[in-house]
Amino acid sequence: MHDSTALRWVRGVVLTLLTIFTVLPLYVMVVSSVKPLQDVQGAFTWVPSHVTFQPFVDMWHTVPLGRYFMNSLIVSVSATVCSVLIAIITGYAVSRYKFRGRGTFMTVVLSTQMFPGILFLLPLFLIFVNIDRYTGIVLYGSRLGLTITYLTFALPFSIWLIAGYFDTIPRELDEAARVDGAGPIRTLIRVLLPVAAPGIVAVAIYAFMTAWGEVLFASVLTDESTRTLAVGLRGYANQSNVYWNQVMAASLVISLPVVIGFLGLQRFLVHGLTAGAVKT
Amino acid sequence: MKARGIAALAASAMLAAGLAACGSGGDNKSSPKTLTYWASNQGRSIQQDQQVLGPELKKFEAKTGIKVKLEVIGWPDLLNRILAATSSGQGPDVVNVGNTWSASLQATGAFQAFDDATIAKVGGKAKFIPSTLTSAGAPGKPPAFVPIYGLAYGLFYNKKLFADAGIKPPQTWQDLVTDAKKLTVPAKKQYGVGMLGASYTEGSHFAFMFGAQNGAKLFDGGQPGFDSPQMVAGVKQYVNLLAGDKVVDPTDAEYVNDSDLLKDFAKGRFGMMMIQSYATAGIQENGMKASEFGVVPIPVLNPLPAGGRKVSSHVAGINIGVFKNTKNKDGALKLVDFLTSPDEQKILNGTFGDLPVVPEAYNDPKFQTPEIQTFKDVLANSAETLPMIPQEAQFETLVGNTVKQLIADAASGKTVDDQAIKNQLTAANKKMQSGG
Amino acid sequence: MSETITAPGDAPARVPGKPGGRRRPPRGRKVLPYLLLLPALIAELAIHVIPMLVGAWMSLLHLTQFFIRNWTAAPYGGLTNYRVAMDLNGPVGKDLLHSFFVTVAVTVLVVSGAWLFGLAGSVLLDRPFRGRGALRTLFLVPYALPVFTAVITWRFMFQRDNGMVNTVLSDELHIQHGHPFWLLGGNSFAALVIINIWRLWPFAFLTLTAGLQSIPGDLHEAAAIDGAGFLRRLRSVTLPLLRPVNRVLLLVLFLWTFNDFNTAYILFDLPPTSADVISIHIYNASFITWNFGLGSAMSVLLLAFLLVVTLGYLGTGRLRRRYA
Repeated sequence: MHDSTALRWVRGVVLTLLTIFTVLPLYVMVVSSVKPLQDVQGAFTWVPSHVTFQPFVDMWHTVPLGRYFMNSLIVSVSATVCSVLIAIITGYAVSRYKFRGRGTFMTVVLSTQMFPGILFLLPLFLIFVNIDRYTGIVLYGSRLGLTITYLTFALPFSIWLIAGYFDTIPRELDEAARVDGAGPIRTLIRVLLPVAAPGIVAVAIYAFMTAWGEVLFASVLTDESTRTLAVGLRGYANQSNVYWNQVMAASLVISLPVVIGFLGLQRFLVHGLTAGAVKT
Repeated sequence: MKARGIAALAASAMLAAGLAACGSGGDNKSSPKTLTYWASNQGRSIQQDQQVLGPELKKFEAKTGIKVKLEVIGWPDLLNRILAATSSGQGPDVVNVGNTWSASLQATGAFQAFDDATIAKVGGKAKFIPSTLTSAGAPGKPPAFVPIYGLAYGLFYNKKLFADAGIKPPQTWQDLVTDAKKLTVPAKKQYGVGMLGASYTEGSHFAFMFGAQNGAKLFDGGQPGFDSPQMVAGVKQYVNLLAGDKVVDPTDAEYVNDSDLLKDFAKGRFGMMMIQSYATAGIQENGMKASEFGVVPIPVLNPLPAGGRKVSSHVAGINIGVFKNTKNKDGALKLVDFLTSPDEQKILNGTFGDLPVVPEAYNDPKFQTPEIQTFKDVLANSAETLPMIPQEAQFETLVGNTVKQLIADAASGKTVDDQAIKNQLTAANKKMQSGG
Repeated sequence: MSETITAPGDAPARVPGKPGGRRRPPRGRKVLPYLLLLPALIAELAIHVIPMLVGAWMSLLHLTQFFIRNWTAAPYGGLTNYRVAMDLNGPVGKDLLHSFFVTVAVTVLVVSGAWLFGLAGSVLLDRPFRGRGALRTLFLVPYALPVFTAVITWRFMFQRDNGMVNTVLSDELHIQHGHPFWLLGGNSFAALVIINIWRLWPFAFLTLTAGLQSIPGDLHEAAAIDGAGFLRRLRSVTLPLLRPVNRVLLLVLFLWTFNDFNTAYILFDLPPTSADVISIHIYNASFITWNFGLGSAMSVLLLAFLLVVTLGYLGTGRLRRRYA
């Protein structure tokens, strides 16, 4: 089976256009990050007047980027770990048990995915503050509060995907394990988790990316000491000069871990989507 | 089987515990021996503010034994952060606010009133220049704040460009427009006036000033009058620099950060700009010598329209206040007293390019320059206080954003005539009414 | 952690000779699933459901600056806020409606654009050729990029004087005359749409690629042997088989775009009228006039709209059927 010449032409043209569209901003980010300041303050040029790595050095001093980085890392990793754990046990319950209220539960959980963040931002803030007032648990302005918030953002999709994954695993395997004397937890760990591993990785990527990139809640629920990158990057605009080269350098450094992680693990995401989401 | 249930319970409990362990708890907010102070961004960058205030706060600690935790907050975030702190009671002990917000923030009831007993603890009423206290809260009530930095608008001009064009600093608004046209040479990318077109605060200030020159009253008996013919004329006076007279580079409509404007001014891209006194420091940092630019009061319409007032600035500045929730009120007041003491006023205002709020500080020679004298004159003779009513902050955001929108429209080639201005101001006015 | 927990659970099961234990479902079995749901339930209730209900309550209050310090004391206003938000003759209602239409327009363009690009990319990359893997990876990068870094880069590119977009279009390709604004006025709408398509099409690409991989190759072979051309095969084989994928994909793209706050917020700070999308409109309506009751009422209206659309789209009870 051969593609016609016309088709090959169309493919060449369309893919070239898509590539240009995709690459342009990435190119601008990379090339601007190695430009001297006067280059980014004047008209755009395709190549730097000279290549300098100074922006990568200076960016750590212009704003406390290192602290923002640590905050983002702590919050995102904690939120990911917690949301994956919760999604696994919830997905297990939804997939393996018949119980009253299961449909309602899933409907409610999934519909939270469509809540506009702006609706519960302010109430959440007030609730956090009141929890602090009455119990002394500091949620507002702390990484803990942000972690709890973020873990719920990824949860609906994660539960759905993992439950879908578990559904594809025949119950006979559970039965066999049970006959061998395994309890539910052990069945989950020994039988279900290995098969669902790609789905779990997919969920973890999703959860991490959600937390790493969130702006709205981070801007309200953090203070100077717990600020994350998403908000901290704005700090470059509060300078006597907008150091666009540093902004681009910082953007590059912030993006790299996520992009590399995502690209390295994306086959799991494809797999996870195929097995879990797509089978509705 | 029961054991399995227990196991599951144990698993859930562990998860819950793990969940609670996720993240690391926040730090303890305030204790009697420390104070949290939110400072506004006065310097060229937040870092500069920290570097300037840091050593001064150390002096305070040495004097009183109270450690001050400093957070410098950029202007785009400050009001929202204060609102959040107000609604939560989780705020700093001491905070800087834009003085125009004073009455609005006073209305929330979250700030310690400076009644006679309280103000006595920070040096008494007589310590401050009287005009600066007019914008510290609603009239008839004890002020909710005291001033810390004074500011005023002035017209900065580039001496060389003026000499080249053979003109002198304008005395009237009409002169300013004529001069600006002489300075405008689009082919050379040179313009008459520069403006921070995307800054809503600037927009609201000019709407107020030029509205006043045309005889407008922003609020009458608590009712907003944003769309009166006088206000329309005032807004037009400002926006028309770009829309009709075309003496402003349309690019300025994107400018929100003074750094853009100061840089362009220092490079001679335009001849004049109307900006607050703090710009003096920034211009020099951008490489322009003090001898290369001058400052005069922003000229007013001549003759003034019926009912028009000679206003070329509002009583601008920064106030400082104490949150009622503070656990250390005495310490907080001590900090306010310290920062408004003549010595500190000299150091801080001198560095930031602001005007001291206590008369004694002006003894220092660095406040005896012609520029400072101009600003003092403006404050004394042609400055009016923005209405000190609870709705003031909404006026700034609503009308300021309207002006910003009009400038953007003008810059992108839309017609901005009286009708367009009136429509937009009417919308802002109605929003004000329905919002309150 | 598995060791300590499973050990006691295993012990009784290893004891033989108790077959009766499995016949009737023991009590633990009934409680267990609920226990397992508990963490998720608590988290969702605490962060989403309860705040949402509080938000709905706030929409009935005159929650203005005079009460933010003690918001429980705010006077009850009944449906006043809703009346203001829905009064299409008033400025608030008019602006809200305008913002709604802008959002709908952005959503329609972005969802269809992202879907078309994604389909084109995934279909054209379905056949192996040299460099396919590299392209696949490259196409995913915009989706992997954190929103704020992506948008800030675009903001840099869309600057009027020094931005890359104007330099290329005006000074190098001469497609347009002069340097127009992209972040002010009418063009800002286009800027917003372009950026959102750029960010979201990779997701459509990824999902559709996954969907295509689950289509058996012999179906295509058979169609090709029958003499069906590329477009025929796309229309009569590929698209019908992708329908379940598309169903979910389009819904997800719709919800993401409609609720998107980040792009407009980072791109404009305060969006121009032509790009005043609804979530940021509500944010500003709350914070600019300090009227959080009114802002909440608008949010509730937005949620109601999204619910109606989503339920209508899915057909009621579909989710229930799957999990009943």
